[in-house]
Amino acid sequence: MAELEVVEEKETGTAPTTGRFEPKIVAFLCTWCSYTGADLAGTARMEYPPNFIPIRVMCSGRVDPEFIFKAFRDGADGVAVCGCHPGDCHYISGNFKTMSRMPIVKRYLEQMGLEPERFRLEWISAAEGEKFQQVATEMTEQVRKLGPLNWNETVETQ
Amino acid sequence: MNEKTEIIAEPDVKMVTFTIDGKEVTAPDRTFLIKVAREHNIEIPTLCYNEHLEPYGVCRMCIVEVTRNGRRRIVTACNYPVTEGIVVETRNERIINNRKLLLEMMMARHSEVEVIRNLAKEYGVDTIRFKEQPSEECILCGLCVRVCNDLVGAHALCFAQRGPERYVTTPYDVESDTCIGCGACYHVCPTNHIKMEQMDGLSVVYGDVSLGPDKPIHIDFMQAVPATPWIDQKSCIHFQTDGCGICSEVCPTDAIHYDMKDEIVEVEAGNIIVTSGFKGFDPSPMYQFGYGRLPQVMTSIEFEKLSNAGGSTGGKLLTPDGRTPEAVAIVHCIGSRDKNYNEYCSRICCMQSLKFSHLIREKTGAEVYQCYIDMRCFGKGYEEFYSRVLSEDVHFIRGKVSEVTDFSPDGLPEGKVLIKVEDTLLGIVREIPVDMVILSVGIEPQVGAQDLKQKLRISVSPDSFFLERHPKLAPVATATEGVFIAGCAQGPKDIPDTVAQANAAAAAVLQAIAQGEVMLEPITAEVMEEQCTGCETCLSVCPYEAITKDEEKGIAVINDALCKGCGTCVAACPSGAIKQWGFDREQIIAEIDAVLADIAV
Repeated sequence: MAELEVVEEKETGTAPTTGRFEPKIVAFLCTWCSYTGADLAGTARMEYPPNFIPIRVMCSGRVDPEFIFKAFRDGADGVAVCGCHPGDCHYISGNFKTMSRMPIVKRYLEQMGLEPERFRLEWISAAEGEKFQQVATEMTEQVRKLGPLNWNETVETQ
Repeated sequence: MNEKTEIIAEPDVKMVTFTIDGKEVTAPDRTFLIKVAREHNIEIPTLCYNEHLEPYGVCRMCIVEVTRNGRRRIVTACNYPVTEGIVVETRNERIINNRKLLLEMMMARHSEVEVIRNLAKEYGVDTIRFKEQPSEECILCGLCVRVCNDLVGAHALCFAQRGPERYVTTPYDVESDTCIGCGACYHVCPTNHIKMEQMDGLSVVYGDVSLGPDKPIHIDFMQAVPATPWIDQKSCIHFQTDGCGICSEVCPTDAIHYDMKDEIVEVEAGNIIVTSGFKGFDPSPMYQFGYGRLPQVMTSIEFEKLSNAGGSTGGKLLTPDGRTPEAVAIVHCIGSRDKNYNEYCSRICCMQSLKFSHLIREKTGAEVYQCYIDMRCFGKGYEEFYSRVLSEDVHFIRGKVSEVTDFSPDGLPEGKVLIKVEDTLLGIVREIPVDMVILSVGIEPQVGAQDLKQKLRISVSPDSFFLERHPKLAPVATATEGVFIAGCAQGPKDIPDTVAQANAAAAAVLQAIAQGEVMLEPITAEVMEEQCTGCETCLSVCPYEAITKDEEKGIAVINDALCKGCGTCVAACPSGAIKQWGFDREQIIAEIDAVLADIAV
């Protein structure tokens, strides 16, 4: 909590109500594992920041890199892609495709001058409500620390 | 020694009729006399005959008088082949006198051997006119040597020396390395001269009491389903020496085939019900309870075996040293409701422990101490049973046992252990000496459930049991179409709940079968012909091989029945020519737009 308070002091927030920066993170969740895990976090009444906004896809393999770029272009401060653990994919091998695509996406984003913390690939199973909560909280705090995504600024400084 | 004769009647063997003790009998020609006599319940004493071995005719006890062609002779029944018209007398005066003489001689040399003493008593032999020698256990019947050589084929025993010096030994009097420890010699020995405990140091095992090796052919336990015996190839003589084969000889339905092997049968099925069950928690890591270290400590599953009428003690509750226990402690929640092991409640253990208390009180009258955290008697009639056990003078101690030990500064009576438990209702720590400690172990997912999970593409809940599609609305279905779960594979539950769930799963499957049609996911992918370049990228990513290339048109085609709608091809398509119903590019983009709507770019 102490850390949170420090963050609060430092940030000159964009959200007028809370007075601190509230990042927007788009999370692509696969239906069978990660979304069910998020569901579990919900039914278990676990709290996680509202900044982490899920978009459900059938499989993490459906996540077209275009969606990630589009989200960043349109002002998302972070993007997460979550799928089943390797070997557990409901569609046999969909997450292996994700596994090979996302590092390229990440590298591309880094070359564009984006901080690596803004993009995350996570494996969350249907049983891991707690992990979902932890990823959501952790990433929100990380991105909050980085501040709003400002393409011009980041490109200049990097 | 004897004439080679076919014992088993072949269809073309002629039948002969003869008289035995005044009774006319019919038997296949040249059958050994003793076999015919036994079939007609005429008892002929013998010490060296075994129906699975070639007759030996060495003990001479089976002598009978045979009249053939008017000539009377004394012959040994074990190796005398019957022929037409003979007259046999098994107990006339002459025979009895001869047997008496034989027994007198045997008594001179084997006076302490029970089987000889009994026979001598039966025939009224009380005076021995021969010089008495120190009693020898071995009567040189040769059963052990013959069973080992002819039947087992191990050739680990033989005779040495001749005449009065003759004795049974291993070849060259050295420890035989061809002995396979089958125990056949021990079983056939009529005088208990060969002792099993001398072999291999095999001793009484508590829990599964057995002297020497288990019979290689056995039914696992009384209630086994199917209750068919099976052969343990590791201890079966036939699989070690190619000998024996008695079981296939005696099996009336010819059901034993030694060349049968385990095989993998492939079954094509449209529905799968997963009922992989559970495994009991292994309490060995909980060192404080002494499981595996103190013989008095057992798991609930082991106690169940002990108290079972088909168990090792025939259902008698005995301590490891063979006493009836005076005090028994039942420790609840071993590996359940424990942050260090499994956090969940295993549900069945409270009721199981109550049942145990009831059984112990009924069978032994021992004091029973139930050390529980909470009593959870949730089912129909369960609370009533709890009240009944309460009234049976069972001690209920609310508190978890901290230690089971065989040490006490004040000393413990022989064979007892001490349990230490805080009685949270009295607010004191109690130390109770008991004879038996039953650890009520929790339920864990079956070994291999993880493999099964990956094979069937189903999920597990945080407790590692298989996850149902919806806890209330689809409790037996899983995320994978056509795969259902029931019983402890889904979570700890007792028999009534398991049966109910299994019925539900079967009904769900029958519903699908009765429908005769399978509902497909509407979210399949479709190729837009005009945009497809026929690059075949999608073909390589599809996990279901649902995409083929239409060579004529030069485009990819998706088979709707095979496509499961994962959308991997949609993401992979470099020309954006594939759309996924329900998760199309425009739809997801619109979602992203909506999420980020309040941000000014």
